[in-house]
Amino acid sequence: MIGKEGEPNNSGEVVFRVRDLTKIYAMGEVEVHALRGVNLELYSGELVVLLGPSGSGKSTLLNILGGLDTATGGDVTYRGKTLTNADERELTEYRRYHVGFVFQFYNLIPSLTARENVAVVTEIAQNPMTPEEALQLVGLTERLDHFPAQLSGGEQQRVAIARAISKNPEVLLCDEPTGALDSKTGIVVLEALDRINRELGTATAIITHNADIAGMADRVIHLSNGRITEIKANAVKKSPGELQW
Amino acid sequence: MKGQVFAITLVVVSGVATFIMFISTIDSLSLTRNRFYRDYRFADVFVNLKRAPESLKEKIQNVPGVHQVETRVSAYVKLDIKGFSEPVTARIISVPDDGKPLLNRLYIKKGRLADPAKDNEVVVNENFALAHGFDPGDRFAAIIHGKWKELTITGIALSPEFVLIMRPEAMSPDFKHYGILWMGRKALSKAYDMDGAFNNAVLTLYPDAKLSDVLAQLDTIVEQYGGYGTYARKDQISHRLLSGEFQQLQTSSEIFPTIFICVAAFLLNVVMSRTINTQREQIAALKAFGYNNLDIGIHYAKLVVLIISPGLIGGIVAGIWFGKMLGGIYMEVYRFPQLIYTLHPGVIVAAVLISIASALVGTLHSLWRAAKQPPAEAMRPEPPAQYRVTLIEKTGIGRMLTQPSRIIARNIERKPIRTFLSIIGIAVACATMISSGFFKDAVAFMVNVQFVLSQKEDMKVAFTEPTSRRALYELKELPGVHHAETFRTVPARFKFGSRSYKTAINGIEPESRLHLLLDTDLNAISLPPSGIVLNDYLGKFLGVRAGDLLTVEVLEGSKPVRQVPVVALVKLYLGVMGYMDVTALNRLMREGDAVSGAYLVTDPLYSGKLYRNFINMPRVSGTVLRRNEIRNFHDVQAKGMLFFTFIATLMACSIAFGVVYNSARIALSERSRELSSLRVLGYTRGEISYILLGELGLITLIAIPLGFLIGYWLCAYIAQALASDLFRVPLVIETKTYALAAAVVLASASVSGLIVRHKLDHLDLVEVLKTRE
Ligand SMILES: Nc1ncnc2c1ncn2[C@@H]1O[C@H](COP(=O)(O)OP(=O)(O)OP(=O)(O)O)[C@@H](O)[C@H]1O
Ligand SMILES: [Mg+2]
Repeated sequence: MIGKEGEPNNSGEVVFRVRDLTKIYAMGEVEVHALRGVNLELYSGELVVLLGPSGSGKSTLLNILGGLDTATGGDVTYRGKTLTNADERELTEYRRYHVGFVFQFYNLIPSLTARENVAVVTEIAQNPMTPEEALQLVGLTERLDHFPAQLSGGEQQRVAIARAISKNPEVLLCDEPTGALDSKTGIVVLEALDRINRELGTATAIITHNADIAGMADRVIHLSNGRITEIKANAVKKSPGELQW
Repeated sequence: MKGQVFAITLVVVSGVATFIMFISTIDSLSLTRNRFYRDYRFADVFVNLKRAPESLKEKIQNVPGVHQVETRVSAYVKLDIKGFSEPVTARIISVPDDGKPLLNRLYIKKGRLADPAKDNEVVVNENFALAHGFDPGDRFAAIIHGKWKELTITGIALSPEFVLIMRPEAMSPDFKHYGILWMGRKALSKAYDMDGAFNNAVLTLYPDAKLSDVLAQLDTIVEQYGGYGTYARKDQISHRLLSGEFQQLQTSSEIFPTIFICVAAFLLNVVMSRTINTQREQIAALKAFGYNNLDIGIHYAKLVVLIISPGLIGGIVAGIWFGKMLGGIYMEVYRFPQLIYTLHPGVIVAAVLISIASALVGTLHSLWRAAKQPPAEAMRPEPPAQYRVTLIEKTGIGRMLTQPSRIIARNIERKPIRTFLSIIGIAVACATMISSGFFKDAVAFMVNVQFVLSQKEDMKVAFTEPTSRRALYELKELPGVHHAETFRTVPARFKFGSRSYKTAINGIEPESRLHLLLDTDLNAISLPPSGIVLNDYLGKFLGVRAGDLLTVEVLEGSKPVRQVPVVALVKLYLGVMGYMDVTALNRLMREGDAVSGAYLVTDPLYSGKLYRNFINMPRVSGTVLRRNEIRNFHDVQAKGMLFFTFIATLMACSIAFGVVYNSARIALSERSRELSSLRVLGYTRGEISYILLGELGLITLIAIPLGFLIGYWLCAYIAQALASDLFRVPLVIETKTYALAAAVVLASASVSGLIVRHKLDHLDLVEVLKTRE
């Protein structure tokens, strides 16, 4: 059943609550309004896809949710705690213990092997899995001791996902995780994300330019010009294997 | 790149400045000296004898090769200065009656020459006047040939013969306790019964004269007149010390600027290869537009020149400034009419060319790489860096390493050459610091060995001529004298094989408490009852070892020539000397129980009274106070050392800062991406700083002990380069010198670390996520 405001079918606990969020970048004389009043809830266990044209504010929103950037106005609460007035130290701690990130360009440490790249996170997390477990979840048991330069793009991205989920985060924020990959590899990566969402119940937000990917989401959020224009819940979630583009 | 250019500028400034400072100081001092020698006609040969009739002058003049001869009367006198109750001695030298010495002319700085007929007028040397605040018109007294005489200063003068004034046997110049007086020949001859006679002559030679022949002939001529020392300019003390100083400057001018230029070249290399790497695509684009390799090479060569130009300019300015400062410091001890500061344009050109050449050599590799890249290849991003599991990790420590530590280890191992050069650079900074502290340590050690371990007397009293040992009882009777021992000093020439050396034999009492001989480990050894003991330098010079038979030609009295067994070699840092038991020496001389003087242990309360006694004892020619010698030694060295320490510290800091800062900036630019990624993953500022600064810290910590080692070698090299028969610098480096060097390096490294830390705290986390590596 599709609610009026696009509420999810299985409404869990609220992880993020976003109220009137604005972000203005001052570029000298010019002000860029990246977010112009965003209201949104994200629930535990759900998988959302953010769609929208380039420059619509997707990354900005995700970065603020992830504690990488600060808002100009409005509130963001994470499990009831306000993020918008947290200081640098609190944000670091928040990222360290609660959030997993996956980015378009993987951002692996080139001097560390796949296993060690994951260990970077497990070493400082509170309740981590082992690097081997995390890598197994993304199907990379064979590549533990390879350096990033020795891995394909898709493999690197799966290491990045393993690294992001190895701390058992509450939320997983992915900014164009398949942006640099071909469709076949992209699907393998999405399958990994889907599996983690299902098996670990990690709330997952995926930014993409690819509307086809929206099929695997519980909800699809459309952004345009700094505002949410539409939130749509999928009646039927496709598995990534069924997607094609 | 701004900060790195600054770091390079700092190093280039230091290199160019020290180069110009040393070279211009050497040039200025040698020009000043040569002018002074030429204009004031510094003699080539010096002759000392007991007494010869003036008619001998003609014989000397007739020696082939001799150009001009001037005879003089010269003597050592005790002075009695009102209000100054310490022993002062002086050398008094005659000035021709027309007031115009042919040779070794006087530069009258103040006042006028003494009236040749007046036996109460003297000219004094400038440093002595300054030390006592004397001006023309002031008076003091001297014991001239046993008679107390009040003298009036008519003038203050400089002489090429006394650019640096040092009492014979002294360790360092002592302007307060030793001076040079010039008096009219007529008056001085009269005082010393030298009418129509002389006891000292100075001469110049024709340019084609054969020095050794002239010296040999002169020796035979003056033999029967009690000749005891004919020597060439190179053995004249003032000239020798000055040349030694030049030598020292020359050594420094070779070592230190070289270090800098190498460090600067290395820093430029790192910066340029980084710059060229990041500009691969522009280079490719330029080439696509039709620029050729040469154009591109020239473009970057210009950039190199541009980067080092501020350093060159700053270095030249600082070099001139330091050069004048250093010249000024020398001028306080070495007296010339005025310092003619010279900086040959060639020196500047050389500094500029050497710097640019080494900068280009340092960047040649990257320039070449930039030029030869085909455009298509350059368009592509650089291939990803290859990493390996490091050797250290394979040892099993690996499992214990945290990931950040692993990152450090792998980065260090990936760029072994760069890491190695950084380590060497920092080590060299540390070594530079050590070499500056080394002089202080070595001097302190020498003073300690000389005055605390070896010569324990408070006072040394010298007699005008060999005296019976009975004189000792007279001294012992004086109030305030606790203990006294005699000594006998005899000038002698030692010969072994083809080598010979002229010095003196010091006869000391067996079981002496005051004058101890030290073996090479600085343990006191007892003086054997017969045979001779040489100091190690002399032993090495002559090639003798214990057990060898040495030919000893005594240059006094009946001038016996004997074969004497060498019993041992002993340690001595200052001068060159042979030692014998005083009775054995008396036997060798075939004389009775003659002594030349005594060492005393005295009660400080009675010091003043004792000096007065000695002034009035005709038999005593002079008194030396050990305490003054030590203090003075430090005073004279202090200023120069302070300056050198200052320069060395400046240099060490700029190298350490330059190298560490440069590595830090390069590391930051190469790794800001992964550091930002780590921040995104929840690493704190401190944790990512550890990765970057930990690497630098590790490099610095490895560099410091290596710096200790290089510093030790550098000091050993310097000590060896400076060793001469005048003094040997012991290779002694105190722990605190090492500690200070380490501290200076750590402080400079920390400053650059802090600057980089500041930048780390302001990484843009979001920016890095948007771009591909
Ligand atoms: N650091 C910044 N300084 C200035 N303006 C910025 C900055 N970051 C983003 N913007 C601007 O904010 C707006 C939103 O940017 P954002 O990166 O959120 O867009 P996006 O939806 O992620 O676009 P894309 O799909 O291209 O990644 C854009 O107009 C962008 O130019
Ligand atoms: Mg974006």
